[in-house]
Amino acid sequence: MTSGLWELVLKGVWVTIQLLVLSSLLAGAVSFVVGIARTHRLWIVRFLAGFYTEVFRGTSALVMIFWVFFVLPPAFGWQLVPLWAGTLALGLTYGAYGSEIVRGALTAVDPAQKEGGIALSFTPWQRLKLILLPQAVPEMIPPFSNLLIELLKGTALVSIMGMGDLAFSGNLVRLALQESAEIYTYLLVIYFVIAFALTRVMRGLEKKLKAGVGKAPTRGMSPQQELKRPETTGVGGGVA
Amino acid sequence: MKWDWGAVGDFMPQFWDGLLVTLQALALGSVISFVLGLVWALLMRAPTRWVTWPVGAVTEFVRNTPLLVQLFFLFYVLPEWGFTFSALTTGVFAIGLHYSTYTMQVYRAGIEAVPVGQWEAATALNLPVARTWRVVILPQAIRRVVPALGNYVIAMLKDTPLLMAITVLDMLGQARLFSQEHFQFTEPLTVIGVAFILISYLASLLMRALERRLVH
Repeated sequence: MTSGLWELVLKGVWVTIQLLVLSSLLAGAVSFVVGIARTHRLWIVRFLAGFYTEVFRGTSALVMIFWVFFVLPPAFGWQLVPLWAGTLALGLTYGAYGSEIVRGALTAVDPAQKEGGIALSFTPWQRLKLILLPQAVPEMIPPFSNLLIELLKGTALVSIMGMGDLAFSGNLVRLALQESAEIYTYLLVIYFVIAFALTRVMRGLEKKLKAGVGKAPTRGMSPQQELKRPETTGVGGGVA
Repeated sequence: MKWDWGAVGDFMPQFWDGLLVTLQALALGSVISFVLGLVWALLMRAPTRWVTWPVGAVTEFVRNTPLLVQLFFLFYVLPEWGFTFSALTTGVFAIGLHYSTYTMQVYRAGIEAVPVGQWEAATALNLPVARTWRVVILPQAIRRVVPALGNYVIAMLKDTPLLMAITVLDMLGQARLFSQEHFQFTEPLTVIGVAFILISYLASLLMRALERRLVH
C-alpha cells in the first residue's frame, strides 16, 4: 500500500472516531434520560419511555440509518449533514439499549437506600442525585463498556450510506488495489485495536468509580450478566 | 409528508421475496451460531492452553470487529483464495460465525451455572466424560441459556439487513431496489421498519413461551 492510500485510511479512522464520540455522547444522554424516566412515578412517563425503548430496540440499526438518510429529508424538508444523520440514527438506537442498562442499575440499588432518602425528606431529585446515581453508576460501567464496543462496530454501517468512515475508505482502497485480503485485514485489526483501547479505558473508569463507593471492580462478567447481555447491548434485546 | 398507499401495494410482492430471504438467512445463521458457539465453548474448557489461547484470541477478535467488515472480507477475499460461494451463503456463514462468538459466552455461563454437585454426582456414578456432558451437564445448561440464545436470534434478525451490502436481496435490499426504481423512499423503508418491529416482537413472544416450557 502506498502512503496516499494510508492517508485515506487515516482519514477514515478520524471520521469513525468523530462519529463514535458524538454518537456515544448522544446515546449516553438518551440512556440516562429514558432510563430514569422508566422509573418515574407517573405511569404516562414510564409508558412513553418504554414505548421509545421498544420501538428503537425493535428495528435494525441499519434500517434506522436508511430512514434518517432517506425518509426524514422529504418528510420535514431539511437534510442533515451525513455526520449528524449518522450520529442521530446511532445515538437514538444505542441509547434505547443503554436505557435498559440505566433502568436495571437503578432498580438494583437496595430499596432501603431510597427509603432512607424519603425518611430524610429528600426531594426526588436529591434522592436521585445524591443516593441512587452514585451507587448505580459504577454498576453500569461494565455493560456500558460492552455497548460502546457494539456502537463502535455499528459505526461501520454508515459506510453503506457513502460516509467516508474507516470501512468506506477500506472499500476505496480495495478498488484502487484490486486486491482485498491485505486492506480488510488491516481494517479488522484497526477496529480491534480501537475496541481494545476502549475496553481498557472503561475498565480504568470502573476501578475509579467503584473505589469511590468502596467496592472492587469485578473480573469479567458474571454468568447472570452474561445471560442478560443481549438485552442491554446493541446485539439483541427482546422486545417488551 | 405524503404517504402513498399505492406504492405500498406495489412494493408488497418484492417485500415477501425479501422477507423469505431474511428468514432463510436468519434460520441458517442461527443454526450455525448455535452449533459453532457450543464447539467454541467446549474447546475453551480443554485442559491445555494450546487450545484455549488460540480459540480465545480468535473469538475475541471476531467479537470485537464489525460484522460489516467481516462480510466484506469473506465476500471479496475468499474468491481471491479460490473459494467461490453465493452471496447468501457467504452472508449466512458470516452471521453465524460472528454470533457464535456471542453464543459461546452464553453456553459458558450456562455450563458454569450447573451446580458443582452435578459434576460430583456424575463422578460418583462413574459416568464416562462424554456421557456426563451429554446426559447430565448439557441438558441442564442448555435449558438455562434458551432465553439468552433467543435474544441473540432477534439480534441476528436485526443484523440480516447488512447482507444487502454484499448484494443479497433481503428485505432492505428489496426496499432499496424498489426505491431506486420508483423514487419513493418513504413507503418501502417504513414498511420494512414496521416489519422488523413486528417480527422481533412476535419472536420475543415465542421465546417467552419457549422459556416458560423449558426453564420451569
